[in-house]
Amino acid sequence: MSPRPSYQAPALAVADIEAYLEAQQHKSLLRFITCGSVDDGKSTLIGRLLYDSKMIFEDQLAALAADSARVGTQGQNLDFALLVDGLAAEREQGITIDVAYRYFATDRRKFIVADTPGHEQYTRNMVTGASTAELAVILVDARLGVLTQTRRHSYLVQLLGIRNIVLAVNKMDLVGYEQARFDAVVADYRAFADRIGMGAFVAMPISGLVGDNIASRSERTPWYRGPALIEHLETVPLATDAEQARPFRMPVQWVNRPSHDFRGYAGLIAAGRVRPGDAVRVLPAGGMTTVSRIATLDGDLAEAVAGQSVTLCFADELDCSRGCVIAEACDPPEAADQFEATIVWMADEEMLPGRTYWLKLGTQTVTAQVQAPKYQLNVNTLEHLAARTLDLNAIGVANISTDQPLVFEAYEQSRELGGFILIDKLSNATVAAGLLHFALRRASNIHWQLLDVTRELHAQLKHQKPAVLWFTGLSGAGKSTIANLVEKRLVRMNRHTFLLDGDNVRHGLNRDLGFSDADRVENIRRVGEVARLMTDAGLIVITAFISPFRAERAMVRQMVAPGEFFEIHIDSTLAAAEARDVKGLYKKARAGQLKNFTGIDSPYEAPIAPEIHIDTAKLTPEEAAELIVSRLMP
Amino acid sequence: MPLTHLQRLEAESIHIFREVVAETGKPVLLYSIGKDSAVMLQLARKAFHPAPLPFPLLHVDTTWKFRDMYALRAQVAALPGIQLLVYQNPEAKRRGINPFEHGTLHTDLWKTEGLKQALDHYGFDAAFGGARRDEEASRAKERIFSFRSANHRWDPKRQRPELWRLYNARKFRGESMRVFPLSNWTELDVWQYIHLEKIPIVPLYFAAPRPTVRRDGLLLMVDDERLPLSAGEQPVTRSIRFRTLGCYPLTGAVESTAATVPEIIREMLLTTTSERQGRAIDRDQPASMEKKKQEGYF
Repeated sequence: MSPRPSYQAPALAVADIEAYLEAQQHKSLLRFITCGSVDDGKSTLIGRLLYDSKMIFEDQLAALAADSARVGTQGQNLDFALLVDGLAAEREQGITIDVAYRYFATDRRKFIVADTPGHEQYTRNMVTGASTAELAVILVDARLGVLTQTRRHSYLVQLLGIRNIVLAVNKMDLVGYEQARFDAVVADYRAFADRIGMGAFVAMPISGLVGDNIASRSERTPWYRGPALIEHLETVPLATDAEQARPFRMPVQWVNRPSHDFRGYAGLIAAGRVRPGDAVRVLPAGGMTTVSRIATLDGDLAEAVAGQSVTLCFADELDCSRGCVIAEACDPPEAADQFEATIVWMADEEMLPGRTYWLKLGTQTVTAQVQAPKYQLNVNTLEHLAARTLDLNAIGVANISTDQPLVFEAYEQSRELGGFILIDKLSNATVAAGLLHFALRRASNIHWQLLDVTRELHAQLKHQKPAVLWFTGLSGAGKSTIANLVEKRLVRMNRHTFLLDGDNVRHGLNRDLGFSDADRVENIRRVGEVARLMTDAGLIVITAFISPFRAERAMVRQMVAPGEFFEIHIDSTLAAAEARDVKGLYKKARAGQLKNFTGIDSPYEAPIAPEIHIDTAKLTPEEAAELIVSRLMP
Repeated sequence: MPLTHLQRLEAESIHIFREVVAETGKPVLLYSIGKDSAVMLQLARKAFHPAPLPFPLLHVDTTWKFRDMYALRAQVAALPGIQLLVYQNPEAKRRGINPFEHGTLHTDLWKTEGLKQALDHYGFDAAFGGARRDEEASRAKERIFSFRSANHRWDPKRQRPELWRLYNARKFRGESMRVFPLSNWTELDVWQYIHLEKIPIVPLYFAAPRPTVRRDGLLLMVDDERLPLSAGEQPVTRSIRFRTLGCYPLTGAVESTAATVPEIIREMLLTTTSERQGRAIDRDQPASMEKKKQEGYF
């Protein structure tokens, strides 16, 4: 490659800096993503964009030349891919492992490029990069045409709601700049785009390596009449500007009340525009008021629009806190607690249907349960596959329920009120991204029936306080034996009880469940719901389940009325339980005939602070039962 | 009314400040007195106006900053509604660690160790830093919310995906977040914003005649009598300014006549080397910034 001048200063900046700065202040911002595998020349294209928009300085160019000679793949030429590589470890392996953000600017726009790698973590990284992008450049190698990968990228881009698509048919230099080849690739892509419901796209013949149709139209493709890539990026209408035309919505981030005479609601306007005097509704409660001020450090504003961070004051005092959404009074979004959603799983540990996760949407954080997927999507073939769970990089559609109503809009209409993340409650990791489709009408149409005979009345009739005695411990620890003794003692004291035994429940209610982690979670969820209903009936419910996971025991604790849940840890060493082996299960598990056996090849998470702890090495079953009853009926 | 790129960057940074205040227990703004800190401070004030800043500023001091920097720090500390904390690593102080005799130990002890000690000392669980992704290749992948283990280490494998505007600030006791509200700003954006908002910055960014010596390819300013002069070395008065500010014996100046922000921007657009050239700290070894980050330096 001939040495070219690297960075060049804008002419206006040299001639008249004040005029230049004035012009700079009217630049807009476009965030886009480039999609393609390593071989499609993605990094080369980004390097080329930085180079052609004069963003590469002499020292960087010198470093690039040295790196190109040392580890480059382009012989004597500059290896642009090295410009966009980040972490040292990746450089040596020649792969990128994450989402990197690159910045360049022309006289008209500033650009933020999300660069995502092309190997197996691709789905997670690409979904992350695409979530903030409003345009996607999909790279195709002109020699190879539309590949499985191209289809996958296009599907993900479409899923994440990007409506500006550039099909960049790259490496045109290697096919002799032939129009026929370009047309064939475009026609092929059009057919696929129609299948996934993608509307218009802009196709351009380019060469990232040589620079054809990047900064300016290439003489080598006289048959191409469309814009060069940078020209298109500079002029494409911005989706973020279109947001201003939608009804007003602002999720409240923080309540600002420094003194008695100021109370403001801070947030970033997700859609629409707002002026003092506008009637608004505060959701989910639905209270109405008018906006009195838009307060900023630079003085009050006459109007604010989507994309701005502001602080709104109201004419009336109203209940409004973090998580509420302030919306146009006559066109507010819905609130619901059951949804259908697309879920992209991003963690190494698979999704556990029935387990509760934190769900964060806008500024709302609630507890959510994901049900077993309706199907998983094969992103390569777009086939729907049956699935009981989702593992890393899987995409599926499932119903979700939340413990509180969420103010939302369909993701198709609003990224801000339709996109969410799931957070594991134990590890605090972000484990999934989700896109809400619609509310399941059940939430709004199924109301709690008010009953005249209340749970208090049920309990009074039985002269007792309902409770759930939740026995947990290894198989063979003695849960059922002790639970049985406890129930006999309670019945002798004229208490109304019911014992839910693990094995018995699996013969009926839970006969469809196995012993995978996901099924164990659902098993416990159902037992928890049954136990809760029985406490409503006034009963003392005794349960004997291994219930190995803390998260599910915590879930049941939350289902039951406060103070009515007693976690009882029947604590036995694995060796002691295995030595007892009343049902011969350990023997089978050790022989490999029984999979997912707690303590052997499936974990047991001991309670941290159980209400009652029974050390089976020190107490006989009778003594243990006595202790439990005495703690319960002091 | 389409928003400009600076309006969108500003709105994003303000949103980040508010998320941290809403979702963490005890945040702090790491105030280094440089231009990026000045921009962060302005954005933070905008985020919470008219309330005072809901978190203090923390300067991890090395005792080797320029005198002009200490002067601006005093001005900022005197602003209404601002609480400024200064922390100096007592061990570095006791051992008299300095940039002349101790090389990289100077940065390790005063800055990296000093920062960890200060965060532990005050119990801060989230710290705003002014780092930008355009500064260095290894930062291009840094999250806006960067998760740190209980011993402040950055583990590239445990960083959380960041989608839309949704940041996950959940953590266990002892763990913390470094949060970078200026992640998506470039150096040019920062200067344009300083110009637009008329943000006060250290005068050393503007060219003026100053006493200097040339060493190891760096043009150093003789800021006080602690700079040892070798035999025959005479400070020369040159018109200089600084593109970045740190410890004065480690920070190279550039010869310049740019005395206003527009002149600085013009000079920046005309220069042909990237920003960090003036800082000795990056020169040790390739990917040195990444190593420092893993150890807890910003």
